[in-house]
Parts: sequence; structure tokens; C-alpha cells
Amino acid sequence: MTEMADANVLREKYLRDGMLPTIFCNGCGHGVAVDYTLRAIEELEIDIDTIALASGIGCSSRIPGYINADGLHTTHGRALSLATGIKAANPELNVIVFTGDGDCTGIGGNHFIHAARRNIDMTVILLNNFIYGMTGGQLAPTAPLGSIATTAPYGNIEQAFNISELATALGAAYVARWPIFYPYQPIKSIKDGLQNKGFALIELMSPCPTAYGRRNKLGKIDALWTWYEDNTILIEEYEKIMNYGTDDEKEKVKQMFQIGVFQNEVKAGFFEEYEKMVERLIERDDAKGGGK
Amino acid sequence: MRYERDPERIRRVLGEKVQFIQGDMAVTYGALLAGVSFFGGYPITPASEVAEGAARLMPRVKGTFIQMEDEIGSIGAVIGAAWAGAKAMTATSGPGFSLMMENYGYAIMTETPCVIANVQRTGPSTGQPTLGAQGDMMQARWGSHGDMTAIALAPSTVQESLDMAIDAFNLSEKYRHPVCLMTDGEVGHLREKVVIPDEDEMELIDRVPATVPKEEFLPFTNSQTRDSKVPDFPTFGSGYRTYVTGLTHNKKGFPATDKQKDHEELIRRIISKIEDDREALTDLEEIQLDDAEIALVTYGASARPSETAVQIAREKGIKVGMLRMRITWPFPIKQVNELSKKVNKIIVPEMNLGQMVHPITEYAAKDCEIVLAPKVGGEMHLPVELVEILEANL
Repeated sequence: MTEMADANVLREKYLRDGMLPTIFCNGCGHGVAVDYTLRAIEELEIDIDTIALASGIGCSSRIPGYINADGLHTTHGRALSLATGIKAANPELNVIVFTGDGDCTGIGGNHFIHAARRNIDMTVILLNNFIYGMTGGQLAPTAPLGSIATTAPYGNIEQAFNISELATALGAAYVARWPIFYPYQPIKSIKDGLQNKGFALIELMSPCPTAYGRRNKLGKIDALWTWYEDNTILIEEYEKIMNYGTDDEKEKVKQMFQIGVFQNEVKAGFFEEYEKMVERLIERDDAKGGGK
Repeated sequence: MRYERDPERIRRVLGEKVQFIQGDMAVTYGALLAGVSFFGGYPITPASEVAEGAARLMPRVKGTFIQMEDEIGSIGAVIGAAWAGAKAMTATSGPGFSLMMENYGYAIMTETPCVIANVQRTGPSTGQPTLGAQGDMMQARWGSHGDMTAIALAPSTVQESLDMAIDAFNLSEKYRHPVCLMTDGEVGHLREKVVIPDEDEMELIDRVPATVPKEEFLPFTNSQTRDSKVPDFPTFGSGYRTYVTGLTHNKKGFPATDKQKDHEELIRRIISKIEDDREALTDLEEIQLDDAEIALVTYGASARPSETAVQIAREKGIKVGMLRMRITWPFPIKQVNELSKKVNKIIVPEMNLGQMVHPITEYAAKDCEIVLAPKVGGEMHLPVELVEILEANL
């Protein structure tokens, strides 16, 4: 890994001063995700003018506003469809989507599964905080069983979405999940995602002490971070226990979030395949003198 | 792969200059001629043929067709493509148009040029999928929440479906506004002769790209280079680093959600950039109106039996004429008002239970009687039915 850039240098270079301060609460992980993303861009030496950002609605979707690059802050859940159009019209652009668990897998679930399935070449940074934070703490499709939300005041009885496993099953080229407090792995994953030719999902578990934490006895940030430590397990550790552990150990880790890289494949993205088809057709037409 | 409009290739792919084709296909043809480079589609009767034509032809002119996961995704991808520089469109019908309303509003608010072809059917809900109607004229005008205006064209023939697809792109580029091409199941599935215009027979308009120095550029206010309320366009990737949001935004594009003045200024500009140009956006056909005492005011498919009805009624000595709106929104206020002062009665044949009759009533002189002649259920008016209505209203 190259030497870490100074945060002030990154701020000067990449942030939009007129938009600061951010809307993020104390203890929120979203600002850290911005930092990781900028470090990945900086370390890969990607020209910011080749980047197009897209986002939906929610706290995480405000991020493109803070980064001084082209960005579409779109309608709730629809960022991936707009991002698909951006990439189609200019495949040279590096498309990065910032979204949240509710935005991407609640209202935007249909766009998410199909963008992943089509393997559209883009990097999706999904900030999962288990809650609709901006609107004040309503139930998200990722909310753990039993957790409290304003619209689940007696405890959540719904099964939660496992976003990274869903994306893996859909054939996304790159899938990784990390808690936001891991300092290096998310940056590496964002870099790998940006370099991957297909659909890359980086799910970052980002604490929301205000809307999720307070209601779930995790309002103090150290409690929330301890919760992440207690409830996450590296994929490799998980597999070791599932292979060699006792029944009790297996039951325990099944309740935990696996973290790490779920999938890292090299395969052509949608537009690469599309271009091949176009070349084939153009060649055929030109050979025939272009007749109908 | 970046699209570049190649007129020769487009014409080679379209084939013979004179063809006998369906209205839906004519929309695809017109779009190709206009230089459409992105089409996001989703199957829906009676509009699917537009997407099928695009799927077949667009890769052959280096354009991109994607069948999206739903209509919401289709219009979303269209808007994204437009910001990355594409002339982009989608095609749909009633239920799909309803699904698109949220991003239709987003396109209006973010001043995104794009085209929505709506091959109308009836509703509410699934209604009569295979049959034509004029079900969405008001949805095109008022469909988004909040304050808005609209640009909508209504072709009556297959040739007009082609020509107006070109016009729709031109208007969307000129005004940076989504444009609705309000065809319908009758015109869309009708087969007629079309003549494909030569390159020198067409005028194509492209959005004005941003050129002022980056630090001085204001993406959401009057143009800084022309006398126009339409701002110059900072295509993504051109270095302007533009933030585009559906939130109320200031001239720089930054959210100004709690600023009354910013909101009013923005919305009034977006509406007036079109409504100030109402005269230029008026496109009417007048048939035998000179001595008319009674007039049919029509648009789209219902203009076809109306025109025949005028001929039959004239043979019977009835002094009737017809005004056909090729552009329905913005509404031709002045011309309809003038007509209402000349004739005693206006008959409005519509394939719905009354939509365009409302602005006609609103803007007509108060002493001119407005009579709605609705026909619903998936059948067009018969000319004789309209003649009977005319005779009953003498």
C-alpha cells in the first residue's frame, strides 16, 4: 500500500467547500466512507473528471454533493438505473454509486438485482446502517430481527436482507462487505471495485447512532462499535468454523455477519459485451454494403 | 464505444426512402434520424414495437438499446444517458407512463433533455391494453407532483409519428425538458406510407454545450452565453463537475431546500422557459375554418374521423371546420380563444371522457358553447357519429 495521503490534502483536492459541513451526525460512518473512496481514487490516480457519481435519496445519497465531481443526486432507489444510462452513453466514465440499504434494497431493490445481474460496469458503495436514518428511523429491509424502529416499535419480526450474499448470488463481479471501522480493507475493496470491469458492490456497515443506535441501546458510539465486533466474522473464519467447529459454534456464527471479499471475478461487463455485438453487426452490414 | 451520428449509416439501416410501416416503427425511425443514441425500454402493449425496432436498429448505428427491469428504470437510464451526452428516449403506454411520473418530474427539475413516446391506451389501471385511447393527455401535463409545465406532441398519422419524433428531440434539446410524444394505440398500430426525409430536409437541434470558464459557470440559471432561460449544458465528463439534484437548488446546483426565493426563482424559470415561447410552440392545422360557424377542435387519432366528418358535413351544407393541435402542450391559448370568438360552438372529439376539453373550455370565450364528444372503450369515433353530433348542435 502506498503512503496514506493527508486528509487535508484530500479535502482540498476533492471536496466541494460550498457544500460543507455535511449533514452527517456525530458518530455516523458515512464521512469515513467518503474518506475511503477519495483515498482509493487518489491511490489509483484516477482523474476526477473521468468520474461520474450517482446516488438516490437518504443520508448516504448526499455524498456526491460533497465530492467535487459530476454527480446525479436522483430519485429514491433509482440511482442504479441512472448510473446505467451514464455508463451506456459514455463507457469511458468511471461510474460510482453511493446508496444506502433502504435506497438500494428497499425501494431500489429491482434496479439493484438487475444492475448486478447484467454486470453493469460500475462501483456501488452501499452504506448499510440497518435503518432509514434521514427520515427519522423507520424500519429498513436490513434491520436485524428484534431491532426497534419507529415503524417497528415492538421489535422487527421480518427477516433481513443479506445484501452481499444476494449480490454474490446474482453474479456480480466483485462483492465485499466491511464494517466502516476497518481502516484499510474498505479502501482496498473500493480500489478493486473501481478496477473491476463488471458490477462491484462494496457494502460498508456504517453506524447510525442517532436513528438506529439510540433506540437499540447502541446510542453511544463505542457500544455500537463493540456490537459490530461481536457480530461480524471474517469469511475465512466462518468457513473454518462451519467445517471444523462444534454445533454450538456453528449456530453462533450463523447469526453473525460475514465480512470480507465474497466474490472477485474477472468477466466482461455489460457494455463490453454490447460493444462486441455492435462490432459484429457493423462488420456484417459493411460487408453487405450496408443494405437493409 | 462512443456514438457519433452517421447520417449515411442511419439511412442505410432504415432502407428504402418510401415505406409502408406501422406508427410505432415510424417513431423509432424518426428517433434514429434525430440521432438517438440511447433507448431504455420495457415491454408494454401497444408500445412494444417502438422498443423492438430500437433493439433491432440501434446497435447497427452504434447506439445503445437496453431493455430495463421496469419503466422506472427505463426513464432513469434515459436521464442518466442524457447527462452523459446522449439523445435518449423511452417508449411506453398508460401504466408505464404512470410509473415514469416520478422521474418525469426529476427530468423537469434537473432540466434534462429526453423524449418519452407514449402510445396511449386507456385506464385506469390495466384497462384495454391492445386498444387505442387518449388516456394520458392530462397526465403528460400535470403528472408530476409540484408545479410544472409540459411539452407534448400528438401525431395523427404514421408520417407524423416519424416527423414528430424528430421534433420531439429537437424541442427537448432546445428547452432542456422532457418531451412527450403522445401517440396512441390507433396511430401506433396503423400502417401507412412514410417518406424518410433526406438529410437536407431535416433540421436537427442539439443542446448548447457549456463553454464559459469552469469557475464562472452556473449550471441552473439563464444561459450565460445567449439570451435564453435555458442554461447551457455541462455534459458529464466535460470537466464542469456539475452536481445535479432533484432537490430545490440554487444557480450553482447546490441544495437550497429551505430557501423560498431560490425555489420560486427556479420553478418560475423552468416553467417560463417554455411558456414564454408558447407562440413558437404552437403548431396547428386549420381545415375549412374561414366561414365556419361550428368547429371541431382535435388532436391525435381522433382528428382522423373528425376530418372525414367535416367533409361529409360540408357536403350537407353545414358550415363546419376543424382545428387540429399538433402540439397540445403548451396549449395554444390565443388561437383557441380567437376561434371561440369566430364560431358559435366548439365540439371536442376525444377518446376519453374529457381531457383537452378542459383547457379549451378554460380559454374559450364565455359565450362560445363547448361540447365534449367522447368515445371510450377502445373504438374510434365513426365520422357519421360526429356528423350526427354536429347536426344536433346546429
